[in-house]
Amino acid sequence: MEDASQLAIEARVAEQHRHHSHTPFFVVWGVLLVLTAIEVYLGYQNMEPKRMLSILMCLSIVKAALIIGYFMHMKYEASRMKYLTMCSLVFCLAMMMVFFPDAFRILYLGVH
Amino acid sequence: MAEAAVTHDVAVYEPSLFGTYSKKIGMWLFLLSDSLTFGALLYAYSYGRISITNWPTPFHSGSIVNATIMTAFLLTSSLTMVLAVSAAARGKESARVGWLLATMACGIGFIVLHGREWTHLISEGLTLPIFPAVPGQDAASEFAGVSKTVPQFGSTFFTLTGMHMLHVTLGVVYLGIIALRKKFIPILLACWLAAWLLTPAYSPFHYAAHVLLITAIVCSVILWLKPKVYDAADTEVAGLYWHFVDLVWMFIFPLVYLMSTKIL
Repeated sequence: MEDASQLAIEARVAEQHRHHSHTPFFVVWGVLLVLTAIEVYLGYQNMEPKRMLSILMCLSIVKAALIIGYFMHMKYEASRMKYLTMCSLVFCLAMMMVFFPDAFRILYLGVH
Repeated sequence: MAEAAVTHDVAVYEPSLFGTYSKKIGMWLFLLSDSLTFGALLYAYSYGRISITNWPTPFHSGSIVNATIMTAFLLTSSLTMVLAVSAAARGKESARVGWLLATMACGIGFIVLHGREWTHLISEGLTLPIFPAVPGQDAASEFAGVSKTVPQFGSTFFTLTGMHMLHVTLGVVYLGIIALRKKFIPILLACWLAAWLLTPAYSPFHYAAHVLLITAIVCSVILWLKPKVYDAADTEVAGLYWHFVDLVWMFIFPLVYLMSTKIL
């Protein structure tokens, strides 16, 4: 049993793809390669691990946003889809940060 | 509505709350759950990196160049995947298959380079207790001490990158099925045989090759139960999975490789 509403949505999404220019995708690809080159350059700077981790993670978040927004088409999705999926993901990942203070505790206080 | 569902081949249901089709929502839900798996592994690695002061920095410039090329392969594969989705939406079947094959080629390039990196690290003594012993391995190998002094490095490194490599492998198979359907099954079986017979018995890839056999069986059953021509929507959903694999690597590469670079 086919669902006509599903088929209609699939046809509409395919129509959206037909109207997208390829230029933004090539630009995003170029930006991602440049950001990767910057990351490799930073990898060879003798920085404190915590500072280096913060900078590299910020760059990775920018790269992830570009991939999700353009390559994964999220930029063109309905607001409800966009905010519900992304907010729940960020919330769940942020909850895992609860473990980090423990890592710093070991680092600064030592293990007895 | 209910009558239509019973009496006609095409039913009309309420449109989705999310403004898109169910297959895509299903894939997004899977990717959200999978990102939590990778999130936990990445957090575990970061925890060790921060809390252990003598964390090893084993990656020479050769490894960094290798990992940078792997990153370029994945980024390029995402671009070719976008072009495959676009070709599918425009109804250009040969272009769709061509771009999908290009994406798979980049993915295979990534797996081969990653396998080479693993083989190098294992031969230098960075290993896990579950890996078979490498015959004739020098006790004074470069990383022989690392597995004993900081065992967290090997366990988190191999778990995280191994999990990602598994995802890339499954992604290549997924794209192969979307592109070539049942014609891909013999190719997959040939790859399994080659990977199994050409790798030495002490290599973890000798055993990991059986993943290809399992996927060949699963894909055969799926194609037998539900044979269909994969359309633009199927290609887009496969693309979401592939971009996710690329996305995860954007965190693994800086965290695992660049944070453990050996600066001379």
